[in-house]
Amino acid sequence: MQKKDTRISRGTFLRAMGAAGVAGSTLSVLACQPNTSAPSSGGGGSGLEEKELNLYNWNDYVAKSTIPSFTEKTGIKVTQDYFSSNEDLLAKLQAGGTGYDVIVPSDYMVAIMIKSDVVQKLDKSKIPNAKNVGPEYEGLSYDPNNEYSLPYQWGTTGILYNKKEIGQLDESWNALWDPQFEGKVAMLNDTRETLGAALYKLGYSVNATEQEQLDEAKAELIMQKPLLSGYFDSTESRPLVLNGDLLLGHIFSGDAFLALPENDDLDYVVPKPAATRWTDNMCIPNGAEHPENAHKFINHILDAGVGAKLSNYTYFNTPNAAALPKITGALKNLPGYVLPDEVFKRLEVIEDTGEATREYERIFTEVKSS
Amino acid sequence: MRRDKGHGWSLGLAGLLAPVTIWLGLFFLLPLLLILAYSFGTSGIYGGITLGFNPGNYLKVFDPLYLEIIGRTFFIAALNTLLCLALGYPLAYFVVFKGRRWRNALILLVMVPFWTSLLIRAYAWVVILGGNGIANRTLQFLGITDEPLTLIFTPEAVLMGMVYSYLPFMILPLYAALEKFDTRLKEAAQDLGASRWHTFWRVTFPLSMPGVIAGSILVFIPSAGEFVIPDLLGGSRTVMTGNLIQNQFLQARDWAFGSALSVMLAVLLLGAIMFYIRRVGTDKLEGM
Repeated sequence: MQKKDTRISRGTFLRAMGAAGVAGSTLSVLACQPNTSAPSSGGGGSGLEEKELNLYNWNDYVAKSTIPSFTEKTGIKVTQDYFSSNEDLLAKLQAGGTGYDVIVPSDYMVAIMIKSDVVQKLDKSKIPNAKNVGPEYEGLSYDPNNEYSLPYQWGTTGILYNKKEIGQLDESWNALWDPQFEGKVAMLNDTRETLGAALYKLGYSVNATEQEQLDEAKAELIMQKPLLSGYFDSTESRPLVLNGDLLLGHIFSGDAFLALPENDDLDYVVPKPAATRWTDNMCIPNGAEHPENAHKFINHILDAGVGAKLSNYTYFNTPNAAALPKITGALKNLPGYVLPDEVFKRLEVIEDTGEATREYERIFTEVKSS
Repeated sequence: MRRDKGHGWSLGLAGLLAPVTIWLGLFFLLPLLLILAYSFGTSGIYGGITLGFNPGNYLKVFDPLYLEIIGRTFFIAALNTLLCLALGYPLAYFVVFKGRRWRNALILLVMVPFWTSLLIRAYAWVVILGGNGIANRTLQFLGITDEPLTLIFTPEAVLMGMVYSYLPFMILPLYAALEKFDTRLKEAAQDLGASRWHTFWRVTFPLSMPGVIAGSILVFIPSAGEFVIPDLLGGSRTVMTGNLIQNQFLQARDWAFGSALSVMLAVLLLGAIMFYIRRVGTDKLEGM
């Protein structure tokens, strides 16, 4: 488990680099404007492509062997850079001329990228391993025919809690609103997830856009705020629950799974009536310089063995049905890793809410400054 | 050739100024103008921006929610400045007048925190102040408390973190101002019958005003734009303007509103500083 502790939180990185990143994007907008609509060179099938690939990924999101095994097989050298939020990734692509060949946006962002015309269609004939993707992870609302994206990793958002201190939780969001845990609760510092928890609690959809439902969710969150220790990134609340500072944390499944083996007192629950199922996906940006290599890389990730090693490292779930038998038993036995059908069926996918995005942001700001 | 000293432009001077002019023009003025242009633009739902003249972004700033956040930001920044001054002045005074041969070493110690990234130092506070942190364990060991106290993720922790981070920016200009102080003036005041307290308020403090002003500005401006400390030490329970701006760019995909907020913050800061300098007197700045 040693390697896991060296992880840098996405959010922390984001904040540290925030100002610099914003300034950087602004400058790159300026410098690269003419490139914005560079035509896609994809699908050309040229054999002249350099043996290079530029991967733009979340931090610490490949296994040690993932890239070396690809280079060994194909001779293609991979350069990996990291982004810290989906919005950051979008802004860079919109500015154009990024030089990235494979990117890993989350579900709702794939939809936005398709609408903004910054990603290109995949040539499935070059990705034979696409057949390994389980049917439950294909054809999701953000890209119904998987024309532009194939899944990389997926997971849920639930509650990591100290079972020894507070006993077994029922599968409900109410625990995060329970006054007896005052000061010992962490919510995610994530607009959609935290508003989502309130919406789920009320029995609404995570993609609600009706003002009344959003207002009700806001009231729930304002009521909850005095009970909270704070709003944290998933990677930040993990150690807080792990070392006993907090009793409950609203958290991404992978972070819960990293904590569970280290402390037997902990448990992870995917609450009713609904919870979020999120997916990160592989896409090829328009104007990628090495589309052939990008297809090869996506195919590599969807290989059964490679996919299994990847998830055995990240502790997130694999969308690769062929890789599933190779996931370690230790991981599979963790509560909430392998989900029974009835739990899986109640999971919702976060979708882009279009115009309502600004209202979501305003509500979260209002909650945080209440 | 005499007038070269004051007014004349020589080729050499222009040559010396050219690099800094180009640098500031490209990397300071141009981005600033871009922010100004963006602040009147219209943000697309999926990010990106259409330039134009849309004052709506500025009208949105007057939403009571955002005004409250801006007001809170200025209050926290002012409080931080006052605390830094209250803590920094005695220290600078001590180092200058009582430091003797240790003076340079002592002032070097003030700068030691700069050797490590702010992020790492803020995380150190998370470790120190946490429920099972060093501070709580010490208090429990000494029998001062039985239960761990909530020391972190509070507004007080944010303020403490800010004072900790910005104190050196106050101490260094104060040190520079006091170092130039001619101690014979103190002796003269005392010879003329002034008490030590009187000497300080009538002689030493007024003469150190340039340092007080410079230090206050150096602390106030970055505190008003702070966004890391409220998140790390405040558990994101307090929103400051810096967080709000950051969210517009990195979450809400509303660059136009984010730019308008940045421009408003800059204008308000400029106004606050001008008011401050006018109140304490521009002549005091001449010693700087």
